[in-house]
Amino acid sequence: MPPAGAEPQPQSFTTPEVQVSDQPHDTEEADAYMDPNLDRERIRILPGSSETAASFQFDNEDHTLGNALRYVIMKNPDVEFCGYSIPHPSEAKLNLRIQTYDNVSVYTVLEKGLKDLEDLCDVVIDKFTVAREDFKSGGQDTEMRDAWGRV
Amino acid sequence: MRVPSQAELQERKRVQIGIETTSNAQSTDFPGHWPGENHEWNLDYIKENLNVKFHTSTPFDSEFSLIGIDTSVANAFRRILLAEIPTLAIETVFIYQNTSVMQDEVLAHRLGLIPLQASRRGLNWMKWYQKPTEEDEGSGAPSDYNCAILRLNVKCEWQEGGLQRAARGETDPDKLYVNHSIYARDLQWQAIGKQAEMFADGPIQAVNPDILIMKLRPGQEIELLMHAMKGIGQDHAKFSPVATASYRLLPTIDIMKPIIGADAKKFARCFPKGVIRLDSVTSEEASELDCKENEVKAVVANPMRDTVSRECLRHAEFKDKVKLGRVRDHFIFRIESTGQWESEDLFLESVKLLKVKCQRMRRGLDAMMN
Repeated sequence: MPPAGAEPQPQSFTTPEVQVSDQPHDTEEADAYMDPNLDRERIRILPGSSETAASFQFDNEDHTLGNALRYVIMKNPDVEFCGYSIPHPSEAKLNLRIQTYDNVSVYTVLEKGLKDLEDLCDVVIDKFTVAREDFKSGGQDTEMRDAWGRV
Repeated sequence: MRVPSQAELQERKRVQIGIETTSNAQSTDFPGHWPGENHEWNLDYIKENLNVKFHTSTPFDSEFSLIGIDTSVANAFRRILLAEIPTLAIETVFIYQNTSVMQDEVLAHRLGLIPLQASRRGLNWMKWYQKPTEEDEGSGAPSDYNCAILRLNVKCEWQEGGLQRAARGETDPDKLYVNHSIYARDLQWQAIGKQAEMFADGPIQAVNPDILIMKLRPGQEIELLMHAMKGIGQDHAKFSPVATASYRLLPTIDIMKPIIGADAKKFARCFPKGVIRLDSVTSEEASELDCKENEVKAVVANPMRDTVSRECLRHAEFKDKVKLGRVRDHFIFRIESTGQWESEDLFLESVKLLKVKCQRMRRGLDAMMN
């Protein structure tokens, strides 16, 4: 508290100076994408897991990856069960449970699932790019419109 | 190994819509679900069956169908569109002078919500801003590669002779004051460091220059400095690159028994315009349908326009004559961009981001195993 009668002093605040970095930085995506150790720390195996039945915990992932990955892993005939959950909505964590048949390793199943999802993304990109070019060159019918008939 | 017929596959992926219920909403294309059938992951099968069809394509708004994909994957694309594609937005506002009627915090919030656009090369080059932490002294300093400076300095004054005109009863602000309205175009970007080079083909500016930020009156002044950062919609909706990104499933209408005459007209009125067409019955059909020639008959013209209001199910005369449904793997995406990205590029970016997510997870898994 300032002494009685003293003028209240204005709080001093300076705008942080925006520095010009002298490091050369490339035009690639942020370094975080490149450091495998950061990604290593985002994966845990929960206690009580065996080679054919394990629960994984991923940090900073949500339904976006969880549900898509669950679908792709369920498409694998070696998988007895696959499910995911977000244990608590205020924690950015994703739990993924995989159980396999016939001594198939859950790690290879998870790895295959991720690989398959990447392949699916490639197919979507290819098909989308081709369809867009077709549409731009007027090769596709434009008869289908939305619910309100807008073009 | 049993191979289901095309008709059976069509039936399986039909979501049935009743008066108050929906059924068959869940995908069943998993190994072990249908005895004797193979539903193993098969990339060639997906390549054959995946189909993309465009309906509209403008820079800010596009609509297309993505056919032959599971909901979980289509929903992942939609979620990434909303929350994980980066854009620039004003994150911090330093207010040196604000004598307007708008409070500082309200003004800062309004500034934050203005959609910005800039060169894509520059946006990719920019890095995430890390907030300062207590452990690390001097961390979180803004730098040219994670922070763009924008300024807004406006002072409202009387025009020459404005005071006299006001005394005579003039009320049009354009004739009385200068700088009485601040628009998004008044934001001035100041390039620092390498920014001038990286944003050479697209300076940082508001997408729509005509957004009204606030109004001033003579003597009122605004002087402020803004830091724009790169961020994602997960952190704050102002970073979301889309106005909306949504999908709906293709509606289907199956007329099981002919609907004829006045009923047909009533039936057509149960749907939006263009969904049901009224055809006149030909002489050959007339005997078969047990009605007069040249009577009208309801035919489904364009189910895509249907809003699935289910109005037709409320009327007794159409009981057992119509079946409504949706196709579970036909997603009609609608993407409206806020302007930083083109709406189609946004979708491609969302697919790429899902792939990057998988790659990072796989890299982390590899590191864990070795």
